Amino acid sequence: MKSCLVVDDSRVIRKVARRILEDMDFQVNEAEDGQAALRKCQQEMPDAVLLDWNMPVMNGIDFLRELRSSPGGEAPVVVFCTTENDMSSIVEAMEAGANEYIMKPFDSEIVQSKFAEVGLI
Amino acid sequence: MKPADFDFVAKLVRERSGLVLTPDKAYLVESRLGPVARKEGIPSLDDLVSSLRLRTHSPLVDAVVDAMTTNETFFFRDKTPFELLENVIIPDLVAKKRGAPIKIWCAAASTGQEPYSIAMLVDSLGHKMGGCKVEILGTDISERCLEKAKAGIYTQFEVQRGLPVQYLMKHFKKEGENWKISDQVRSAVRYRSMNLLDDFRALGRFDVIFCRNVLIYFDAPTKKRILDRMATQVEPPGYLLMGAAETTLGITDVFKPVQNARGLYTVDPTKTGLTRAA
Ligand SMILES: C[S@@+](CC[C@H](N)C(=O)[O-])C[C@H]1O[C@@H](n2cnc3c(N)ncnc32)[C@H](O)[C@@H]1O
Repeated sequence: MKSCLVVDDSRVIRKVARRILEDMDFQVNEAEDGQAALRKCQQEMPDAVLLDWNMPVMNGIDFLRELRSSPGGEAPVVVFCTTENDMSSIVEAMEAGANEYIMKPFDSEIVQSKFAEVGLI
Repeated sequence: MKPADFDFVAKLVRERSGLVLTPDKAYLVESRLGPVARKEGIPSLDDLVSSLRLRTHSPLVDAVVDAMTTNETFFFRDKTPFELLENVIIPDLVAKKRGAPIKIWCAAASTGQEPYSIAMLVDSLGHKMGGCKVEILGTDISERCLEKAKAGIYTQFEVQRGLPVQYLMKHFKKEGENWKISDQVRSAVRYRSMNLLDDFRALGRFDVIFCRNVLIYFDAPTKKRILDRMATQVEPPGYLLMGAAETTLGITDVFKPVQNARGLYTVDPTKTGLTRAA
């Protein structure tokens, strides 16, 4: 069973994402900001991260840069999932080391399509 | 809707497009024809059907047929056909065509995602194309779909179904809330309105036909007639790609399945009387 860390400051979004990912047979963990996510990754690297952009304490892009420069941090497949929906944000995320990009609102079909794209399912 | 009216509409739609509407689809007919009536300023479905009975050849009939088509599609749908195109079909044709253009026909192009997926894939192949050009023709019975296909403008939802983000970055621009495909990709595809029940010989001959998720709506004799005519429109080996849930088996033997390549068929020249063009 693959694991996915859902990083989002909205409890509702985390719940929706959890339901979708559990239906896809992922073991789901949650974090409410980038810093909490980094701590979880230090304990155990997930196979995938579903990552919001705008969050208090540490945002998604800063988390991603930190993750990618930490030991073992190149391994997780990172899929952004954010309301940032302009081209420059997409490019910035991909340059920071994201593997795929979901623009909210999202649904199970989009998550499945994007996860399939990066070989997670 | 009265059963007699349903029967009339079902017969008309079937004659014009091949689409089979069984009585359990009455709800679908009602929900799709409501908007047509409203758009034409016709007060009720009863009145709509009366108008249809009066004039069985009119733009209103076309609008009704168009409304009854199912246009579901998305970028790189089912993936496998595009992998086969890249790994089996194109290498074979590049070797055989000796620089002549490869001609591909999307026979039910809907809103354009399928032909544009082919165009983007071809663009990504670079030197593997061996300098071969690819000509892509997209046809559909639905004018509404063809207009959208030609515009090449998609919603945020549509560009996230099947389209890898790298392709989005490379070939799309954001326009307001929507995403517009680049002129380069757009100009790689020509569109034309075409009813598959009609004579399509004027389209010319093709190396590859994508005929996916359209024959499923037709009865077996109609499927056979269309496939048999398609077989005379391809240059051998004459690749045909069908949808994930479709097959030519049991319908016609003019196309035979390619081993280990789900959904891929080539024409059997002994069955069509075709020989390879010199
Ligand atoms: C479900 S879509 C398939 C789109 C695409 N090939 C795919 O697989 O994603 C079916 C399309 O077939 C078109 N169609 C239905 N009857 C047709 C006919 N008689 N001639 C041409 N196109 C037809 C519809 O308008 C619709 O856009």
